[in-house]
Amino acid sequence: MITAGIDMGAKYIKVVLLKDGVVQGRAIAATGFEPTASALECFERATKESSVDKSSIVHITSTGAGRKAAPNVDSDITDVSATAKGVVHLMKGVRTVIDVGAEEGRGIKIEADGKVVDFAVNEKCAAGAGAFAEAMSRALEVSIGEFGQLSLKSEKTIPMNAQCAVFAESEVVSLVHAKTPKHDIARSVHDAIASRIVSMVRRVGIEKEVALVGGVSHNPGFEDSLNRGLEMQVIVPEYPEYVGALGAAVVACERAK
Amino acid sequence: MAEYKTEPLKCWQKAKELRLKYYKDYQNARSKGGIRWTGGAWSFDAIPAGLGRDVYNITGEPYAASLAFAKRLSMGCLEAAEAKGWARDLCSYMRNYWGSMYLRKYAFGGEYPDPDFCFQDHICCSHGKWYQHVAEHKKVPYFCIDVSVGPYRDLDENRLMFVVNQMHESVEWLEKTTGRKYQDELLIEAVENEVRSTSVWAEICCLNMAKPAPLDEKSMYSLYVHGTLAKHAKEVADFYEELRDEVKYRVDNHIAAVPGEKCRLMSDTQPPWGFLKIFRYLENFGAISVGSLYTFGLIGVWETKPDGTWGPRTTPMQRGERITSRDQALRILADWNLSKPEWQHFYDPNLKTEMMLQIVKQWRVDGVMLHLNRGCEGLSCGIMENRLGIAKAGVPVMTFEGNMGDEREFDEKRVTARIDSFMETLGVEMTEKTAGTA
Repeated sequence: MITAGIDMGAKYIKVVLLKDGVVQGRAIAATGFEPTASALECFERATKESSVDKSSIVHITSTGAGRKAAPNVDSDITDVSATAKGVVHLMKGVRTVIDVGAEEGRGIKIEADGKVVDFAVNEKCAAGAGAFAEAMSRALEVSIGEFGQLSLKSEKTIPMNAQCAVFAESEVVSLVHAKTPKHDIARSVHDAIASRIVSMVRRVGIEKEVALVGGVSHNPGFEDSLNRGLEMQVIVPEYPEYVGALGAAVVACERAK
Repeated sequence: MAEYKTEPLKCWQKAKELRLKYYKDYQNARSKGGIRWTGGAWSFDAIPAGLGRDVYNITGEPYAASLAFAKRLSMGCLEAAEAKGWARDLCSYMRNYWGSMYLRKYAFGGEYPDPDFCFQDHICCSHGKWYQHVAEHKKVPYFCIDVSVGPYRDLDENRLMFVVNQMHESVEWLEKTTGRKYQDELLIEAVENEVRSTSVWAEICCLNMAKPAPLDEKSMYSLYVHGTLAKHAKEVADFYEELRDEVKYRVDNHIAAVPGEKCRLMSDTQPPWGFLKIFRYLENFGAISVGSLYTFGLIGVWETKPDGTWGPRTTPMQRGERITSRDQALRILADWNLSKPEWQHFYDPNLKTEMMLQIVKQWRVDGVMLHLNRGCEGLSCGIMENRLGIAKAGVPVMTFEGNMGDEREFDEKRVTARIDSFMETLGVEMTEKTAGTA
């Protein structure tokens, strides 16, 4: 049986095609101003590149902030539940999930079957999400990829006092003027984001193993800051940004049966 | 899906009329030679009642909630308060109320009616200052009673007398301020009405333990409000007895508030008044909020029964006690109010957690939705401690941010998305016919 999951994220749309529990294809596209058209294009690409016949897909489930806008779907599921399902599909021993995307950061406590026990989401705050790291990388005139790597070169902790992305940016500007090396600023920014995420995840309780998923998982600087904040190593799966879409595809499979 | 029968409350229209009459009576008091005063919903309104039967009050919190519900007017009020230099993180009820006063606009039509005096008590950080500013702005006299004597379980004679002595002083102040002779028999009558109305409200809340619940919390907001307007008034006590009888009839005949009840929730603190539709959104999942410590205990007065359950506090009259003097009436009034559930957790959030878990158990609640209310520091104080305590007890709990009186701090889309996730964790799904509607 072939099913599909579409994650209509705030910044990117991800599609995963699943056959008997094995991923057949995946694709990603910028959400843009026309999320429905972007989703169709992304879906087309995923089927084409994996040579999956669209007519053989028995159930499509959408997730993500724009899940209601997803085209041609049979059902939908929230980000929290989809992420939990995706994580246990990949890593059976994980009980705590940290999901950091462009717009939101989440902490999710799960059971062995992927059932959500508790969750917390950062409230109206960009300082705990990927968009903040991107904004700060622009302020330092480096790409987001370089920004993550730069952070690893630093061994210095510079506390960032601001609790808000807007004021934190002012602090970054002050650090630039104070001739602080870029790598130290990068680490400071990642520490600030990690600190918010750690405090949020502690609210739901941290139980080993802990997985880090979502687009920001690609940022090694953030992962390092998070590991230091949690005082443990998080597990980052391959293709962490696709975990929500994978979970939706798993749910699609359950619902099709 | 289980379907229960439902029907509108028969006394709903009466509730609306009673509320409108209250606001109009206040507005028109002077044309009848009466007195107008203002203070909080928790003020000892039974005390000024001793000045005569033509004394009318307006309580700030429910008045501000009415403003918040009228979004355009509320925005004007909030901006007027901000234009005076007041910070946006102050109590949003207070800012709405002050804005109405500055703009001279009354939520029920016409000009904001100036009070003759302010009469308040102080337990939350804003209460005393709220009416101090009103009094200064309107150049009217002000009396405030400090009730911060600690939780009821620690009450002793000295603590009680700290409040009672201030009450005696307030009676002298009222006589001096208004030039009227104080009538103890009217005070006694008002105290009897207050203990009756607040105990009967608790009785009504107890009826909501039934499955299906006869009342949903959104409707309860329109009913408990009478206790916040004039808990000392005979018509409020009488209305609550009528309501109790109707709710009892609904329980006996399995008349549900939400016909598709599958999941029972509990909320906390004041709701975002401009977005009460989130309670209707819950109904898409067959979920009903059956109440909260806020709805039950803001005006309802309770006691722990011998079997350990929570129930309406036994009134002095039910114990066979007759009130015959001013001192006795004031002692009863002080003791009664100091036992109010929502006054307890100002001293320790754990007291609130204990009461919330009691409600979860008795009202058979499946999940808890905590409103992190940026508009009320008093009732939100310690709310994350409550969350922790509830979660530790194994009860599913979610939080959402908002503001009871400032719609700029409520993100409807995010909150409904959060509700969707929470409903999934509770294992309830949106019904087919309503899927996708908000």
